[in-house]
Amino acid sequence: MSQEEHSADLAQDLANPDRAALLAELAGVLPAEALLSAAEDLKPYECDGLTAYSALPWAVALPQNDEEVVAVLKVCYARQVPVVARGAGTGLSGGATPVVQGVVLSLARFMRILEIDPVARLARVQPGVRNLAISEAVAPHGLYYAPDPSSQIACTIGGNVAENSGGVHCLKYGLTLHNVVRLRVALMNGEVIEVGSHALDDPGYDLLALMIGSEGMLGVVLEATVKLTPKPRTAQVVMASFDSVVDAGEAVAAIIAAGIIPAGLEMMDKLATAAVEDFVHAGYDLTAAAILLAESDGTAEEVAEEIAAMSVLLEKNGARQLRISQSEAERLKYWAGRKAAFPAVGRITPDYMCMDGTIPRKHVAHVLTRIAELSVEFHLRCANVFHAGDGNLHPLIMFDARIPGETERAIAFGAKILELSVDVGGTITGEHGVGIEKVRQMCVQFSREELDKFHAVKAAFDPLTLLNPGKAVPYPRHCSEYRLIGSAR
Amino acid sequence: MSDGVEQFRSRILERKPLRLRGGGSKDFYGGPLQGDMLDTRSHSGIVGYEPSELVLTARCGTPLAEIESALAERRQGIACEPPHFGAATIGGAVAAGLSGPRRATAGSLRDFVLGVTLMDGEGRELIFGGQVMKNVAGFDVSRLIAGSLGTLGLILDVSLKVLPLPVAEATLRFEMPQDQALDAMNRWAGQPVPLAATCWQGEVLTLRLCGAQAAVMAACKNLGGERIAESEAADFWTALREQTAQFFAGPDTHGPLWRLSLPSVTPPLDLPAPQLIEWGGAQRWLRGAVDAAQLREAAAIAGGHATLFRGGDKAGGVFSPLPPGLMEVHRRLKQSFDPYGVFNPGRLYPEL
Repeated sequence: MSQEEHSADLAQDLANPDRAALLAELAGVLPAEALLSAAEDLKPYECDGLTAYSALPWAVALPQNDEEVVAVLKVCYARQVPVVARGAGTGLSGGATPVVQGVVLSLARFMRILEIDPVARLARVQPGVRNLAISEAVAPHGLYYAPDPSSQIACTIGGNVAENSGGVHCLKYGLTLHNVVRLRVALMNGEVIEVGSHALDDPGYDLLALMIGSEGMLGVVLEATVKLTPKPRTAQVVMASFDSVVDAGEAVAAIIAAGIIPAGLEMMDKLATAAVEDFVHAGYDLTAAAILLAESDGTAEEVAEEIAAMSVLLEKNGARQLRISQSEAERLKYWAGRKAAFPAVGRITPDYMCMDGTIPRKHVAHVLTRIAELSVEFHLRCANVFHAGDGNLHPLIMFDARIPGETERAIAFGAKILELSVDVGGTITGEHGVGIEKVRQMCVQFSREELDKFHAVKAAFDPLTLLNPGKAVPYPRHCSEYRLIGSAR
Repeated sequence: MSDGVEQFRSRILERKPLRLRGGGSKDFYGGPLQGDMLDTRSHSGIVGYEPSELVLTARCGTPLAEIESALAERRQGIACEPPHFGAATIGGAVAAGLSGPRRATAGSLRDFVLGVTLMDGEGRELIFGGQVMKNVAGFDVSRLIAGSLGTLGLILDVSLKVLPLPVAEATLRFEMPQDQALDAMNRWAGQPVPLAATCWQGEVLTLRLCGAQAAVMAACKNLGGERIAESEAADFWTALREQTAQFFAGPDTHGPLWRLSLPSVTPPLDLPAPQLIEWGGAQRWLRGAVDAAQLREAAAIAGGHATLFRGGDKAGGVFSPLPPGLMEVHRRLKQSFDPYGVFNPGRLYPEL
C-alpha cells in the first residue's frame, strides 16, 4: 500500500461512526486529558520497540486508577472493541503494536510503588513502575529486584510480566516468572481477579504461570508483588577472549559441568564486540573471534574461589586472554558494553532486526556457523550477542530499509534463524516474546493441536478474543500461508 | 513411541473417568480417588540427560529415586528436593507439584519444569515448553500442569532444569521460641547468607546452609548456634521431607495433618494444635483435630490458605475454596483440556 492510500484509509477509518460512538462512551468514563483521539496524539503509540510494524488505533486511554481501567474495559467489551495494553513500549516483538479499530490502554500513569516490606522481601507495585526503579527504591534495605533486561532503565514491570522478561543474570536468579509472586488482574469483561499471593503457593491451577509471559492476551495487570533478593556483598567479572566461537562455547559448557552457576555468562562475537567497543570503550579485545563475560557474586571469599575456578577452566578451554574486573566501576563498564549491544549495533547500521531464539548450548557452534553462512547467502551482516549460560541467542541482522528488497531479505534471514533454533531442539523466542513479529514462526514450533490449546487458554480468560488479538498465537490461516513458503509442522 | 503410550490413548478414548497413578505414593493427597486406575509405570526411563545443559528429560513413570541417583552421579539434583512419600514417580511428583525443605530459597518444583508432553482428554499428544532454560513461545502450559493433580491431562514426559549439588552444607540448631524463630528466619533470608532450609518445632530452630565452602563457613561463624554432625543432619532433613519425623508419625488418632501456606512474616497463629514451621515461616504444619472453617479463616486473614494434607474428613473439601471468578477460569481450562471429564475427577475440586 502506498503512503497516500494508507492516509486515505486512515482518514476514512477515523471517521467511522462506531469510532465516534466509542469515543463518546470513553469520554464518559475518563477525564478529558486521559483520552487521546487526534491523529497526531495517536502517532506516538503506533508502534513499540519493533518499529517495522505500526498501526494507528482508534484511541489511546491513559487511566489513572483501577476503576478507570475497569470502566474502559467494560466499554470496549460491550462494544466488542479490541484492547491492547501497553507499558513503556520497549518490547521488541510488537506485543504492543496497536490493533486498528482498537484502543491502546496505556498503564504509564500507574507509577507508584505501593509498599515495600523489607522483612518479607516483597514490593507491591503498580504496573507502570520501571524495572530499575524497584531496585533503586529497595536499595537502602540491601535488596534488589533480580531480573534485569537490558531495557531496565525504561521498561515497566507490567511489560516484564507480559513478556516474562529475563536479563543477563537469569541463569542464577531466574526470569520474571520466578520473581513475581502475585498479580491483580482485570479481565477483558472488567472482572478483577487475584492470582498468586504473598504465600509461596496457592490452591488450584497455577494461573500465575499462565499470566506471566502471556503477552497481554489474558488480562491487564493492575498491580504486582515482586520478590526482592538480598544484594550480594560483592561481585566480579572475568572477561575472556577466544580465537573461535567453538572454544568459547566449550568453555561455557566446562564451567557449568564443573558445578558452577555464574551470576552472568555472556558471549559476544567479533562484530558485536567491535560495535560495542566503539560505543562505550569498555576495553574489549577487538581481535578475538568471541569474548565471554563470566560473573561471580557472593561473599568476598566465595567470589575469589569461583573466579579462580572459572579462570582455570577458561584458560584450559582456549581463552587466550583473561581480564578480571578490579573495581566495581570496571565491572560495571564491562557490563555496560554488553547491555548497550543493541543500541551500539544500531549506530553502525540504518536498521537492524533482533532475533531471540534459545538453543541447547551444545549446538552454539553449529548455529553460529550456520548463521554466518546465511549472512553470506542473504548479503546481510549479522552480529551475535549470546546469553551463553542459558542458550538464548540474539543475532542482530543489519539492513537498510531504504534499499528495495533489504527489509524482505532481513525478514527471510530472521525466519531461517528461528527455524534453525527449532531444528536443534530450541525455541523461537527466549525472552522477547512472539508478539506480531514471530507469530508465523509459531507454526514451525507448534502443531495445529497445540496452537488450538493456546487459543483455548486465551478463551478461558477472554472468550471474545478482544485483548491483544492476533498476537503470539497464530490462526490456522497464518500457518497455511506459512507452509506455502516455509516448513511448518 | 512406546506401547504404553498407545495403551494410555485407548484407555483415554473410552471417555470413562480414570484415576492416574504412578507409584501410588500420594494416594492420600487431594480429593477422593475416583475412576479406573491407569498405572503410568509402564512408560518409564530417562530419555535425555546432559549435565552441562542442566536439563533432564524423563518419562512419567520413571521413579524419582532413579532420576535423583542419575543426577547425583554427576553431582547434580532437583534443587527443591520434592518429597517421595514412597515409590514416587516423576510424573506424579510434577502433577502433585509438592516441593521439599529447600523450597523457600531454591524455588518450587514448578519453577524447575521446562517442558511437558501431555496427552489431553482426546488422546492427543501435545508438547509445551521444551528443553531450554528460556522459552516464551506460547502460554506457559507446562508450568500450569505442575500441581494440577492430573486433572488437565496425562503427563507423558517431563523436562526439568537441574542444578549442581551444593559444594558445602552445614546444619545449625538454636533454642528459640516461635516468635523469635519467625523473626530470625525472615531476617536472615534478607541477608546474603547461603540459607537453604529452616525448620522450627518444639522450641528448636534448625537451619540448613548450602553453598560455596567459604560462604557456609562464614555463615556458621556469624550465626552461631550448635552445629549438627553431617549424618544426623542429613537424616533430619530427609525425615522432614518424607514426613517420617516424630511430628508427622503416629496413628490418625493424633488427628489429621493440615498444611498452611502463609506469607512468611505471619505472626505465630494461636491454634489449638502442635505446629511445625518450614520455609522460613511460609509453610506451617498442624497436627490435630481443629475446626476446618476456623483454620481456613485464620489462613485467609493472614493472606494464605489451608490444605487438609493427610487424614481427616475430606467431605468438607481438601483445598481452600476458590472465588467464583477464578473457579470459572478453572472450569474453562478443564473443559478445554479434558472435555469428557476423564482425568482424576474431583481430585482437586469437586467441580473439576
